Amino acid sequence: MLTLPQESVCSPSAAQPLDVPMLRPPEAASPRACAEPPAARRRPLLARCFRIASARRGGGSAAAFRSAVLGVCRGFILLYKLFAAIMRLVILEDYDQASEWAAKYICNRIIQFKPTQGRYFTLGLPTGSTPLGCYKKLIEYHKNGDLSFKYVKTFNMDEYVGLPRNHPESYHSYMWNNFFKHIDIDPNNAHILDGNAPDLQVECDAFEKKIEEAGGIDLFVGGIGPDGHIAFNEPGSSLSSRTRLKTLAMDTILANAKYFDGDLSKVPTMALTVGVGTVMDAREVMILITGAHKAFALYKAIEEGVNHMWTVSAFQQHPRTIFVCDEDATLELRVKTVKYFKGLMHVHNKLVDPLYSMKEN
Amino acid sequence: MPSNKSVSDAPIAQFTNCRLLRGRRLQREDLWVREGKILNPEKLFFDEKGSADVQLDCKGCILAPGFIDVQINGGFGVDFSLATDDFRSGIDLVAQKILSHGVTSFCPTLVTSPPSVYHQILPQISVRNGGAHGAGILGAHLEGPFISKEKKGAHPEHCIRTFEENGFQDLLATYGSLDCIRIVTLAPEIKRSSEVIQELTKRGICVSLGHSVANLSQAEEAVQHGATFITHLFNAMLPFHHRDPGIVGLLTSDKIPAGRRVFYGMISDGIHTNPAALRIAHRAHPKGMVLVTDAIAGMGLAPGRHTLGQQVVEIDGLNTYIAGTKTLSGSVATMDTCVRHFLEATGCSVETALEAASLHPAQLLGIEDRKGTLNYDSDADFLMLDDSLHVQATYIAGEEVWRQDALGM
Repeated sequence: MLTLPQESVCSPSAAQPLDVPMLRPPEAASPRACAEPPAARRRPLLARCFRIASARRGGGSAAAFRSAVLGVCRGFILLYKLFAAIMRLVILEDYDQASEWAAKYICNRIIQFKPTQGRYFTLGLPTGSTPLGCYKKLIEYHKNGDLSFKYVKTFNMDEYVGLPRNHPESYHSYMWNNFFKHIDIDPNNAHILDGNAPDLQVECDAFEKKIEEAGGIDLFVGGIGPDGHIAFNEPGSSLSSRTRLKTLAMDTILANAKYFDGDLSKVPTMALTVGVGTVMDAREVMILITGAHKAFALYKAIEEGVNHMWTVSAFQQHPRTIFVCDEDATLELRVKTVKYFKGLMHVHNKLVDPLYSMKEN
Repeated sequence: MPSNKSVSDAPIAQFTNCRLLRGRRLQREDLWVREGKILNPEKLFFDEKGSADVQLDCKGCILAPGFIDVQINGGFGVDFSLATDDFRSGIDLVAQKILSHGVTSFCPTLVTSPPSVYHQILPQISVRNGGAHGAGILGAHLEGPFISKEKKGAHPEHCIRTFEENGFQDLLATYGSLDCIRIVTLAPEIKRSSEVIQELTKRGICVSLGHSVANLSQAEEAVQHGATFITHLFNAMLPFHHRDPGIVGLLTSDKIPAGRRVFYGMISDGIHTNPAALRIAHRAHPKGMVLVTDAIAGMGLAPGRHTLGQQVVEIDGLNTYIAGTKTLSGSVATMDTCVRHFLEATGCSVETALEAASLHPAQLLGIEDRKGTLNYDSDADFLMLDDSLHVQATYIAGEEVWRQDALGM
């Protein structure tokens, strides 16, 4: 794994650091470029283009100037692509590979952001069986010393109402056992809705405020229900909803029964959840969808229109969404869709390769 | 990471990279300790927003609750049944030395002795917490003098008594005071034993059956009146017979009151019981097995002659006999040796072997809410063991009180 180079090369005026994922121009992405002495990477883009152009052309300042201008134009086009809305469907072979891809992406995003005291990376987090593999991989990167959550703030999507916080099926327990206890996050920065708060609406409003105070969410990671819901925004939820109390749909209760010994009467019927609008406010959204049982929901989410009966479909209108799925989850998509996005995998893979590390080289 | 504890400012230690014995199995979890108790890290994280001040790498060790020895007569030259001037320092010495065997709490045991010995010694035994000074004392175990003459074993016959005349008053007169008595071993066939057992049980003292020729129904009656323990099963009692299993039959008796469990102590040193007998008992009633050492003064010392109360005993390897006879008298095995031998002889799981020396004695004494487990809010008395159950370090109340020297001394 390589550490992040000193300066983001793609920014012609490095006035403010780009905190969006970038497709690196070929010059910078190659290991050869990263092996250059540090001084070379600090030179402005224009001068560098001049130098490369001169080296190629072997002299002739007019030709060099043309090449330099072309290089700058390439940079602007890239910039446009970067700031333009983008939807990715990343298809991996199986659950493990999908989990790993997602974890690598999150890892790279955090590291490229260079979070510090006073400038935290904010992450929205899901629960359920889908993200478990991703959490395991993130823990692995942390234990290897490649990733730290010291300057990361997290906001979970939802929590059951009325379930004691230390109940083994509460989302507090889930997050503690599957993630928080293995990493170095500051407990003050791990936010989960309190389903036992005395006033639930006040709790929801306070949560929204906390997100706002944290500067909004940089990357919201979510899953999808078999009924196409995001968080607990059940079919029929308003697509501009905010954090609130929701009654769970029967599909959701049935899907969750497996965590309560198959006894439907033990499954909580209400939950606090971030709204569709809350997640739409995030600067970037990543939805994890694995397994054949989610295939129909994925089809409805991306091949049909935006519809409040399939609330994940709202993200068709989000400027920056990535759907990460495995082969089984694509079973209800058109062959054409799947082939198109699979064909883009070499582009998608540049987002996770090279995989960065916080270790010093 | 700065910790922000609203409940307490005491430092929090996190023991990582270990396998904990919790929930009856070994789990890959970290052990969190604060103020001598085991802490719930999830509660710390969400309620107090706290985190660890110190992290200690256990290097893959097994973390088990400290062993509890409910039958130990002495060791390292100290005999708990001998009233000497420096009795207190003797008990302190043993308490300190057994830390290296993994024992964090024990019941100093007195064999059958004359009343004067009890009157002199018992006031010098006090229930106290363990620490760097040594293992904690839970109270005395009085093995006798109300036992059967036929099954006296190594106990002096002239000191054996009964309470047929005045029942409980006789017992009180013999012992002097009941403060700090935790367990009494007696023979239930002695007349008026039922009332004595009831009186003792009422006062929270555990009654054990041993050195007895009781048959099964006498034993069952004793259990119904409150007895919950059997002292060194098989030894000093009638042998198992298929038409009258005797005290041994309690392991599978159907006359045990509901909600109660009969525990039985076994000296698994390979000498006091044949491994096959150990296995029979374990398989018949695995949840009742309590490992004890029944160690005598010679434990930890070179072979030769030592005292045991009013007798002289001879040590030869792991065997201890009354001098000049073939009567077994106590053992020189250490608790960790017993645990390892038990594991090997029964082929049981590591968890079962560890529980027989920690959880079960705690359950017997009714203290499992604070000892014998690594549950949250329990006392942080625990051991670091390697895979073959050799003690690497002993902790009491979260503080390291003994560590295996690298040179293996």
